[in-house]
Amino acid sequence: MAATEIQRKPVAQPERRQPDPNAVIEFRGVSKTYESGDVGLENATFSIARGEFVFIVGQTGSGKSTIMRLLLKEHETTGGRIVVAGRDLSEIEDKKVPYYRRNLGVVFQDFKLLPNRTVHDNVAYALQVTGRSRKEIRAKVPDILRLTGLATKLHNYPDQLSGGEQQRVSVARAFVNHPPLLLADEPTGNLDPETSIGIMQLLYRINRTGTTVLVATHDSHMVDRMRRRVIELERGRIVRDEADAMYGRRGGGRDLSTSEFGALMRGEPAPEPQRMPKDPFDEVDEAWR
Amino acid sequence: MKPGFFVKEALRSIRRNPIPSFAAMASMLVTLLVLGVFIPMVQATTGAANTVRGRVLLDVYMQRDATSSDIARVRARIDNNTPHVKKVEYVSKGQAYKQESARNPEAYKLLGSNPLPDTFRVTPDDPDNIGAILNSLAPRNTAGHRQLADQSIERVRNEKDQTDKILTVTKLVKWAMVILTSLLVLASVLLVSNTIRLSLFSRRREVEVMKLVGATDWFIRWPFMIEGVALGAIGGVMAVLLLAVGKVALIDPLSNDFALIAAPKTMPFFALAALLLGASVAVSAAGSGLSLRRFLRV
Ligand SMILES: Nc1ncnc2c1ncn2[C@@H]1O[C@H](COP(=O)(O)OP(=O)(O)OP(=O)(O)O)[C@@H](O)[C@H]1O
Ligand SMILES: [Mg+2]
Repeated sequence: MAATEIQRKPVAQPERRQPDPNAVIEFRGVSKTYESGDVGLENATFSIARGEFVFIVGQTGSGKSTIMRLLLKEHETTGGRIVVAGRDLSEIEDKKVPYYRRNLGVVFQDFKLLPNRTVHDNVAYALQVTGRSRKEIRAKVPDILRLTGLATKLHNYPDQLSGGEQQRVSVARAFVNHPPLLLADEPTGNLDPETSIGIMQLLYRINRTGTTVLVATHDSHMVDRMRRRVIELERGRIVRDEADAMYGRRGGGRDLSTSEFGALMRGEPAPEPQRMPKDPFDEVDEAWR
Repeated sequence: MKPGFFVKEALRSIRRNPIPSFAAMASMLVTLLVLGVFIPMVQATTGAANTVRGRVLLDVYMQRDATSSDIARVRARIDNNTPHVKKVEYVSKGQAYKQESARNPEAYKLLGSNPLPDTFRVTPDDPDNIGAILNSLAPRNTAGHRQLADQSIERVRNEKDQTDKILTVTKLVKWAMVILTSLLVLASVLLVSNTIRLSLFSRRREVEVMKLVGATDWFIRWPFMIEGVALGAIGGVMAVLLLAVGKVALIDPLSNDFALIAAPKTMPFFALAALLLGASVAVSAAGSGLSLRRFLRV
């Protein structure tokens, strides 16, 4: 796909018959009406390809979290179909839901860390839950904590960490299983701008390892700077779905190093064009697969 | 799966909720202590009652002047015309005198002559049927008075009234035990259930996170289940220990002095201990299960 092509999709696309073979996530005419009668999502159609970094934006109550909850299979759709990695979510039995969720990493605005466990144990938890061996846990947890810049905070409890550090822990927990898909619902909602950039850098690096990343946010400032695909919602409807002209989908333009990315986010002039510094995240893939 | 992990999680939770955990444990302890005292008691009284019931006889006393043909006639009547007879034993005057004077020689020496009649000892096939035999040998007439079926019979005597009293007492004890135990078991189930509910409540964030990172239902339930069962089992072990101490300190020395306590058959102590431990596990599992079903929507 040409990087210069601007993608514009009509607000309500008719349901496509053929599944897109490249899509990790496909929403086809998905609606969600809550039992209270509130409309969470209305006839939403979009597809997200493997390796994409996508923002979901919109005012409060526009349905961003609804999309996340539907993807997590916390709620069922009331119309349409959601296909994740070729699997129709409505066909996953209740008993199989935990196994499905192990393919997703999730980051929340309120971190959702366990208060009486150390940083290390919080991250190890995601591995214990899936029945990983102690050996595997000993190998992976310090690794991911080093990559997320928490190597010195291993034995701290969440209340001994700053907000940014706590969110790093939750990103580490989401990523420690190396899921193909990472969902982040307002991951920077409680953080100051500089800390937010750190978290976005982290998500960016994770995305570069091949993980598809979906971020819901109302930080339009950051979205504008990051120049990734944006899906905008308004009262449950998709009103905009476009990839940025300059950088295109999947970072189709030039790949940014983490520091260039940070500079871009801060609105500073980009540092000297240089050979991309080595980012330890880039090796994660080979090491863990 | 990961028993070590589950047990660690369970212990962590007990430490975090010490007061409800203690209440559940104490209630289990009391329940099992009561059970541990009542079960042998009911067994003993039932055993005693059965012994009495087993001894229930109907004595048919002949007239003092009964002839041998009278005796043969009455025997034939008992053998052939009386329902529910299991056994008939004939004790002649002479035999009765020998037996009784052997038991109480002084009194019988004083008496001089033999005051005892010839007697048939009739054993019913079932203690409850003793009335039927009585009705056959001494039927009621229209006025409601008993009339002897044979004029050579002097008297028919039974101990049914006494047996009835013993049986009533046994039944009372049994029912008291059933009701008390039910109440205590109910209280224990509820207290364990409450402890687990509190534990669930204090760990609801954890449960939420577990679900989000893909824990299966049973992975989430096991620590709570183990927590409840551990509380019950600790209560159970303490109850068994206390009962053992009580048995060694109180019952055993008594039973050496008193034939009465040793006499009735009760189950061996290790069987009782196993039963109580089993009950503690079952009751606490039921309590945990109750809360998990109601409050853990996984
Ligand atoms: N569990 C629920 N029960 C009933 N209605 C709900 C529920 N969750 C969300 N809604 C409704 O669905 C709509 C979309 O909510 P949603 O949480 O998806 O918004 P959002 O875009 O995430 O908002 P925010 O930016 O504030 O997080 C809202 O009108 C909301 O009231
Ligand atoms: Mg939301």
